[in-house]
Amino acid sequence: MTDAIGVRRRSFASRVVGRGSVVWRMDWLLFGAVAALSLIGTLLVWSATRTWSSIEPTGMAKKHVLNLLIGLAIYSAVAVCDYRWLRTYAPVLYGIAVLGLILVISPMGSTVNGHHSWILLGGGFALQPAELMKPALVVMLARLLVPTSEKGKAKDRPRATGVALSLAAVGAAAVLVMMQPDLGTTMVLVATTGAIIVFAGIRKRWVVVGLLLAGVAAVAVWSLGLLKPYQVARFTALIDPSSDPRGVGYNSTQALVAIGSGEVFGKGLFHGGQTTGRFVPEQHTDFIFTVAGEELGFVGSVTVVALLGVVLLRGVRIARMCNDRFSALVSGGIIAWLAFQTLVNVGMTIGIMPITGVPLPFVSYGGTATFANMMAVAILQAIHLRSRPV
Amino acid sequence: MTRLRGRLLVLQVLVIAMIVVLVVRLWQVQVVQGPRFVTVATETRTREVRVPALRGAILDSSGRPLVRNRTTLVVSVDRGRLERMPDGGDAVLRRLSAVLKVPVTKLKQEIRACGPGVSRPCWPGSPYTPIPVATNVNPRAALQILERQEDFPGITADIQAIRDYPNGKDAAQLLGYLQPVTQSELEKREGLKANYSGVDLIGRDGLERTYDAALRGTPGLRNVQVDRMGKVITVNQQSDPVPGDILVTSIDAKVQRIVEKSLDQAMREVPRSDGAAGVVLDIKTGRVIAMASRPTYDPKVWTGGISEKDYRWLLSEKSGKPLVSRAIAGEYAPGSTFKISSVSAMVADGQPLHGTYQCPSSYTVEGRAYPNAGGMSLGAISLHTALVKSCDTVFYKAGYEEWLRDGGKTPKAKVKEPMPTMAKAYGFGRRTGIDLPGESPGRIPTRAWKLDLYNSTKAEMCKRAKIGYPEMKNQNQAAYAKRLAREHCLEGMIFHAYEAVNLSIGQGDVLVTPLQLARAYAALLGDGNVRSPRVGWALMRPDGTLKQEIPVPVEGRLPISDETREYIRKALAEVPSEGTAAGAFRGFPLNVVKIGGKTGTAEVYGKADTSWFASFAPADKPRLVTVVMVAQGGFGASTAAPAVRRIWEGIYGIGKGDDGKPRQPALPDGKPVTRLPAISRESQ
Repeated sequence: MTDAIGVRRRSFASRVVGRGSVVWRMDWLLFGAVAALSLIGTLLVWSATRTWSSIEPTGMAKKHVLNLLIGLAIYSAVAVCDYRWLRTYAPVLYGIAVLGLILVISPMGSTVNGHHSWILLGGGFALQPAELMKPALVVMLARLLVPTSEKGKAKDRPRATGVALSLAAVGAAAVLVMMQPDLGTTMVLVATTGAIIVFAGIRKRWVVVGLLLAGVAAVAVWSLGLLKPYQVARFTALIDPSSDPRGVGYNSTQALVAIGSGEVFGKGLFHGGQTTGRFVPEQHTDFIFTVAGEELGFVGSVTVVALLGVVLLRGVRIARMCNDRFSALVSGGIIAWLAFQTLVNVGMTIGIMPITGVPLPFVSYGGTATFANMMAVAILQAIHLRSRPV
Repeated sequence: MTRLRGRLLVLQVLVIAMIVVLVVRLWQVQVVQGPRFVTVATETRTREVRVPALRGAILDSSGRPLVRNRTTLVVSVDRGRLERMPDGGDAVLRRLSAVLKVPVTKLKQEIRACGPGVSRPCWPGSPYTPIPVATNVNPRAALQILERQEDFPGITADIQAIRDYPNGKDAAQLLGYLQPVTQSELEKREGLKANYSGVDLIGRDGLERTYDAALRGTPGLRNVQVDRMGKVITVNQQSDPVPGDILVTSIDAKVQRIVEKSLDQAMREVPRSDGAAGVVLDIKTGRVIAMASRPTYDPKVWTGGISEKDYRWLLSEKSGKPLVSRAIAGEYAPGSTFKISSVSAMVADGQPLHGTYQCPSSYTVEGRAYPNAGGMSLGAISLHTALVKSCDTVFYKAGYEEWLRDGGKTPKAKVKEPMPTMAKAYGFGRRTGIDLPGESPGRIPTRAWKLDLYNSTKAEMCKRAKIGYPEMKNQNQAAYAKRLAREHCLEGMIFHAYEAVNLSIGQGDVLVTPLQLARAYAALLGDGNVRSPRVGWALMRPDGTLKQEIPVPVEGRLPISDETREYIRKALAEVPSEGTAAGAFRGFPLNVVKIGGKTGTAEVYGKADTSWFASFAPADKPRLVTVVMVAQGGFGASTAAPAVRRIWEGIYGIGKGDDGKPRQPALPDGKPVTRLPAISRESQ
């Protein structure tokens, strides 16, 4: 009578959406926040780009929706996978990203908006391998910093070889990205790596040494003139935006004016004069937050920050509930990456960070960036699904 | 895992701290400083644009246009915007040069500011206004500029009204011209700023200058929202420009044409002549019917900015300075035309109007003989004949005797000076006050004038009397100049007998303008009132309603009786039939239109005589005065009188025209238009 006590095979629908299913157990708060940010982002992209073409004011918004749909597909595929596969395929992912970066600096790469960061795919689509490098590097580092022989009581600290290989991995990626050049992405990669190594458990004294070395390196880069003059100027402009209000300071001044003039409730979606007049450059990508600030006001911009906060804090929660070191490092790294990007992006529009080309996660227009962000959230969901005690 | 979880807790704290920092900063920027940024945003986003008002037209007495507007596409450059670009706008100008097909160097010259060492082409106007670099731009080029504003920041193309002169060169000096407002003018005249748009021009000469305020109108104000490129997105509010008033003048375009043609012919017939003027006045009203000057120029050269070459030419001696109107600014000795004043002075001084006067062939003063022209000797004659035949010796005697009565070389404390005093009563020696800029006062020599002149030049002359003129190359000339200086130093204050003698026949230091002479005749032949002539008749709104009629002020009255005036008129009425102008008017139907007048032939040191004819018609009941002056024209009877004859023929429609058909009268019955014209759209 095994049949009597045998579990009846559940229907496909029940397996997908029923109690205990993948969809049921997903972190809905995390997904909801990402969905809300994507929706707001679409509206802001629409507002920022509707004046580009009087024939098709929704052109860029439609492309953004298409990017989101592809992102959703990637999300679904990654979220249902066993995250442990990532450990296996991390070198492959990293290898693809490195290959992409090499292609960019090879003659196959293309320059868009003054940045040599693209591989054109034809049909108006293009890939930005530097964005892909972000999740690839996080997974790669987690693999390098967690010893393979994870039997019984895992070691609490990373091996020196692991740390050395990690530094080599990020070094290769950073050099390739700087050859584009893309200071913003390099900063994200370095910061994320630093965070992951710290999470991996290196001794505090090494953390202090690392910070000191970073400081020395920054001073060296500054004084040896390794940065381009415009990059230096951006830092100077941060300290005193009025030093060159028509040059570098222009962007940060116009961003502040746009956000500040939104006041408490904003001028209403599509009613921002600064946005309509295109006073802020790159407003659909790096400066998307200024549209929120002007048209949705303090209420709207705080909503965006709060939603990003939900994403980040849900991510931290997932990381802290992990059962194994690998998944904890991956999710911690993802949070560090997204948090750093949020701080730099929002910070530069409100005058507390230098101007660097870093998109606002889930809000800015961008294909590869959207795919990478969706992949990151999907990894968090996958880890969440498998680390939760059933 | 505990250490890792611990370190992730730190991450959580950092994330929360970051969110708090961002929210606090957003509060600061959007809530605390929000209102300030709203102001900044408004300032960067909105612009005040002045819309120039259509400048009023200038019409003749029948409503025919003398100056009207024509629209044209004008491309302007905002120099301030270009200067703020990293390359100083170089790339933009190069693109503009390609579209307009004008060399870059020329564009750069046109937008640089005029100043010491910077000659035209350059921009004489305010540096803060868009500088027009091309007029009559074809619409395709303008569209290219407007549609690709990202390629052409600081460049605008718009429709502007420019001045059009349907009658060509006619009355060029009288109409005047427009030039851009200069920065110093904008700063000097309070309220000007508010009434000028960026592209505004200001009347610089002629009627355009005198009636500038009325013709200009009030520019409209548009508050517009612009984008980063300065392109207008929306118009927030707008006040429409109020077009300028229309100036109706008393000029008759047909008579003007006749006067212009007549002067051209006179200049052609006497090639040595270096200037001429013709004035036609309405005796009854004191208004100007026509006024022309030679040499002249085409006022078209001003539209769209004048070139350096043209500008220099207009100011050069070679061109004869055609911008200067000889009719109001040219000062010439009037010769015998001045005798109306001398006769009046004699009668006012107590000499009998109907008395008998001796006309010998010459009159001797202080051992020097002053002859009549051609040695004419008429014996005992009346004042009537003295005028008709222009006997100088009658006036020499009167002038000399008046001088003697005033004390001669040692003047009495109170001198009468009847002739200069009468001349001043006729309006000579001071500006007529006509509604045109740049008028000259002329000169009537008196004892007081001589003393003033002496006092102002005494120091220099007495110094020269001692040291001579060592810088002069020619020894003889230097010696002569030294002798003159010595003479002047010793007795320069003395009003000599020869000066009084010369004055009596309008020679010597007497200088008048053609307009002064015309109004003196108008006063004599009209009601005896000396008027300040007017060209402007009325200002009308563009819809045709009268805004203001421009009155002709009466300045004074001739201090002579109507009997004397009538006597002089009758004498002058015989000049064309029996007097000095009989030759010039041979064959003219004086029985149909009786003409009066007085010839004048004034000697000029080192030059040919100035030819004058002051005339009026109809001689019995004068309505119009016509004065023609031809510098270096020779005898009044041979050059100026025929020129005036041609003008009368045109006005009254006498004889046959150039086409062989009978002439149509320019003014039927010789009567000027008395009613203001009805203004129609076409006339603007």
